[in-house]
Amino acid sequence: MSDATRDIRLQVMWNRLISVVEEQAMTLLRTAFSTSVREAGDLSAGVFDPEGRMLAQAVTGTPGHVNTMAEAVGHFIEAIGRNDMFPGDTYVTNDPWLGTGHLHDITMVSPSFRNGRLVGFFACTAHVVDVGGRGFGADGQSVYEEGIQIPIMKFAERGRVNADLVRILRANVREPGQVVGDFYSLAACNDVGHARLMAMLDETGSETLDELAAFIFARTRAAVIERIAALPRGAWSNRLTADGYDAPVTLAARVEITEDGVNVDFAGSDGLSRRGINVPLIYTKAYACYALKCAVAPDIPNNWASLAPFGVSSPENILNAPRPAPVSLRHVFGHLVPDLVLGALAQALPGRILAEGAGALWNVHISVRPAPGHAGRRAEILMFNSGGMGARPALDGLSATAFPSGVMTMPVEATENAGPIVVWRKELRPDSGGDGEFRGGLGQIIEIAALPGHEFDFSAMFDRTLHPPRGRAGGEAGAAGRVTLDDGTPLRPKGWQHVPVGRRLVLELPGGGGYGDPARRDPAARERDRLRGYVTGKRP
Amino acid sequence: MTPSIRLGADIGGTFTDIALDAGGRLFSTKVLTNYAAPEQAILDGMEIVLAEAGIGFADLQLVIHGTTLATNALIERRGARVAFVTTEGFRDVIEMRTESRFDHYDLNLTLPAPLVPREDRFTVPGRIGAEGQELLPLDEAALAAVAGRIAEGGYGAVAVGFLHAYVNPAHERRAREVIAAQTGLPVSISAEVSPQMREFERFNTVCANAYVRPLMADYLTRLRSRLRDRGAACPVFMIHSGGGLVSVETAAEFPVRLVESGPAGGAIFAADVAQRFGLGKVVSYDMGGTTAKICLIEDFRPKTARTFEVARTTRFAKGSGMPISIPVIEMIEIGAGGGSIAWVDAMGRIQTGPESAGSEPGPACYRRGGERPTITDADLMLGKIDPANFAGGAIRLAPDLAEAAIRRDVAGRLGLSPEAAAFGIAEVVDENMANAARVHAVENGRDIAGNVMVAFGGAAPLHAARLCEKLGIGRCLIPPGAGVGSAIGFLRAPFGYEALASRLTPLSAFDAPAMNALVSALRAQATGFVRQGTDAAIRCEVTAFMRYRGQGWEIPVPLPDRAFAADDAEEIRARFLEAYARFFGRAIDGLPGVEIEIVTLSVRAADERPAPERIALTTGRREVAPAATRPVFDPSSAAFLEAGLFDRPALGPGDRVTGPAVIVERETSTVVTAPFDAVMQDDGSILLLRKDDRT
Repeated sequence: MSDATRDIRLQVMWNRLISVVEEQAMTLLRTAFSTSVREAGDLSAGVFDPEGRMLAQAVTGTPGHVNTMAEAVGHFIEAIGRNDMFPGDTYVTNDPWLGTGHLHDITMVSPSFRNGRLVGFFACTAHVVDVGGRGFGADGQSVYEEGIQIPIMKFAERGRVNADLVRILRANVREPGQVVGDFYSLAACNDVGHARLMAMLDETGSETLDELAAFIFARTRAAVIERIAALPRGAWSNRLTADGYDAPVTLAARVEITEDGVNVDFAGSDGLSRRGINVPLIYTKAYACYALKCAVAPDIPNNWASLAPFGVSSPENILNAPRPAPVSLRHVFGHLVPDLVLGALAQALPGRILAEGAGALWNVHISVRPAPGHAGRRAEILMFNSGGMGARPALDGLSATAFPSGVMTMPVEATENAGPIVVWRKELRPDSGGDGEFRGGLGQIIEIAALPGHEFDFSAMFDRTLHPPRGRAGGEAGAAGRVTLDDGTPLRPKGWQHVPVGRRLVLELPGGGGYGDPARRDPAARERDRLRGYVTGKRP
Repeated sequence: MTPSIRLGADIGGTFTDIALDAGGRLFSTKVLTNYAAPEQAILDGMEIVLAEAGIGFADLQLVIHGTTLATNALIERRGARVAFVTTEGFRDVIEMRTESRFDHYDLNLTLPAPLVPREDRFTVPGRIGAEGQELLPLDEAALAAVAGRIAEGGYGAVAVGFLHAYVNPAHERRAREVIAAQTGLPVSISAEVSPQMREFERFNTVCANAYVRPLMADYLTRLRSRLRDRGAACPVFMIHSGGGLVSVETAAEFPVRLVESGPAGGAIFAADVAQRFGLGKVVSYDMGGTTAKICLIEDFRPKTARTFEVARTTRFAKGSGMPISIPVIEMIEIGAGGGSIAWVDAMGRIQTGPESAGSEPGPACYRRGGERPTITDADLMLGKIDPANFAGGAIRLAPDLAEAAIRRDVAGRLGLSPEAAAFGIAEVVDENMANAARVHAVENGRDIAGNVMVAFGGAAPLHAARLCEKLGIGRCLIPPGAGVGSAIGFLRAPFGYEALASRLTPLSAFDAPAMNALVSALRAQATGFVRQGTDAAIRCEVTAFMRYRGQGWEIPVPLPDRAFAADDAEEIRARFLEAYARFFGRAIDGLPGVEIEIVTLSVRAADERPAPERIALTTGRREVAPAATRPVFDPSSAAFLEAGLFDRPALGPGDRVTGPAVIVERETSTVVTAPFDAVMQDDGSILLLRKDDRT
């Protein structure tokens, strides 16, 4: 039974390897300074073979990081070169085209050596609070305005940190302590991964990961190919229009299912925006793969082999923005890619795909300060907020829930402790879910003011204010989003804007689209919607 | 004085366990839990042990009780109809949760419904700011109107949760006054139930408290009157989730603190074993029919946390339950028990659990109609269990049914022999438990290797040795009475209570008088609860939960229990750096401009107990030869080896058994794998000792 024993041993090692990256991610989660990492889980961590192919990743993490990081390690190997890699090294970049799509994400890669031989890499990514430039927002007209660029380089060589890099960094960012702290946290989490991997190899008496890698890839590939084989063959297209910066933007996708893979092409999407809402292809691909995986193989673990059958291509356009396009808010259109891709897939798989939802997170970055002539505090505050998800083929949509992003919101009490602002309202937005046999999830309403004697500017990163999420299979659209002051003054969905003393910023987040003919909705469900005030009969 | 005739009663999901300590003699029994009248099972069990001990109800000096009733009410949604009163603009906090999905890839995910549905949530204008300042006065007219609607709404209890009430509870207290006067209902306020920052957790906790309050109050009243009817006049104390004892009155007011009290008993049991043997670093491992629970115990004290999640709805997934923010013994629980079902996933990998066959129909080998293979079925195939002598012979196991189930669901699908499949199942479940233990240790900044394991619960002795091999642990104790460990643990629990409060304090603005006032208030609160149960000396431990500003995770930093002076900020800073380095390998020093801050303060008070009599670990030289042998699969050799069979009651202190071996007792069997020997200890514990262990 030696073959059987070998299989069981490798399977157990696979589980163990996943546990190693969980420990790696846990370390980052506990030590990171960045709000988006610690409160919202905006990070990823994974282990790779010496070729840069991902073996396993922590289940913590958001698709925009996970799937981009899977691609990034190859770029590091190319840029640094095998001969220049030593034990104790850590490499870093925030290059949007080689990393995860914008400058705010720092990716670190560390080689793992065992008895002088390179056995693999650990990588991790996290969103840091500041990278200099104009700050997190849509207003930049090229990547040069968006902050400091760190090409792939060594953060540490043989355990010695690159002090020049740290000094340059300190001089270029608004919160140097926290940003440098996050660099150390990222490096430390790779160290934990390495230490755990060495312990695992000691225990199993292995010198390399080669046998395990072959096992993981073979098992995964077979499972994914089986799923793809069960899909109908053909090509299906979809278009989706959203707000953009100052003019509507149309995205287009064509999904083709072949014998051994699924390919998505984004030809026909609008050209580049002049502002920072463009998306590097690596990020577009991350969310396209995520959507396909949710629909086709949700239970198969993410690794090189499970992602390999999914291909993405695009001519140069807003979803394949070349350097030096501004890309700070690449997440807004990146988050719309799943609705775009799933809309095409819904034609291939009727009855299996949810309706459109709010898509992009309604992140808001607030810069608050004392009003002229007043004493007080300054603070930079980032909030993550989510609208409604689309209704599912047999279930109502989830209200105020992030999709496709995997992040969490922060407690209002924590946000108000971070600076002199008051959130006066954060609750569900009635009547915002699209009607249907299954109702779209509700959006939410948020009202924010500065404490007395303070005023604030905010960076708007919103969409679906003019183009609400569409229903599916006869379901109605969800409510569009709205951005105003409490006196009714309309504001723009993107860009930095001012909120004067005494006024409140009011955000009404989109609701999800409905699924199926509203006439078929269960009367008991309608009665429950009315009783709970989800639906009042007054359409916003 | 510690009462010398004490009884512990633990109501669990399947069994109610009773343990009686009559002047040092221990009696115990298990009876089936009675869902309709839980107190009846306790009385039935008490009759049995009291008769065995030859004493009566009137002789009892103390009854200590723990129960899963509160947990079950939350899981099964069998609580009161609750009205929740909250800050205007925040009606949906407990429904919106964290705005995230606990499974990123499942598009048909459902989230747990809030404990209080939207139609029962009322809002009142009025607002406290982050620093405790009043931003908007409480609207008395609106409050009265809400109270009126609640009075007519047919509710059984009320919860009040306002923003920032943990720093200024004035509005909540006023709301309670008005609502209680107008409705006559019990009102729970978040500032008392869970005075911690983070509104979703705190609001959910106060709602959970209100939700189980009428049910638990009724039950506790019934229990006490039935005990009195039988002649037991002694005080009754409840074990709480933090592992201490509280009065029945406190329990009836804060019943959410009873959640997870049964498992807490298990951890105290293990902590007591640790103290008897003088073991500073212990990991407890409790494996029953459905789950395995792992807890770190340091210096004889289980690790505690300030928040946990109950009633997970989906495969024990983090985020699929509801958060409860109260002091709790921190345990990791995974779906790995004797009844956990084995299956094969899309990658051809063997998986185990979290689905469980439970006790009905149970594992395939139970002959009760169960058709899917379980851990117990695999253990049986591997020779670890004697089919003729399971549960004291109460259930005759069917190896052929176990083999058929494994062949159909696992071996057949993978082209393996049933024996190889059974090995795979056991390896996977053991690896899952080992991984959970490792990650849990990392979360606490600890390394699992180097600990001594204390194993209890029906299935743990079957898996403990292999788990130790995987974790690099050289020594494992399996104490006697392990089947009723929680109830025995209750007898050892201190009168203890932890009071805590969130108050964000940067060290640069350290305010010694304010800090002293807060610690004094917490100390008074904690010792007040402890005084209800004991006249003994009380010891207090002060802990600050601290972080670098900007981080979201606070680490516990022990502080001296004394008045602080202005220059203590430096001392606290040094202690933080030391604790930080221990958790994360290195302190991040030299970050100018990064503030260190205290988020929450806690005072834990407990009565001082005389240390139990020390037992020296014996490694035993007297080798005992087996009377018989049978083939048992040995995982590290990946082959069946002839294992010696021993009867646990027949072994005496100092007897050493060479692995591979199986030591059989009424409730379970201890598997001694080839790398281990087993040595009987003076108190009847079995010590599993690695053959190459030299410590």
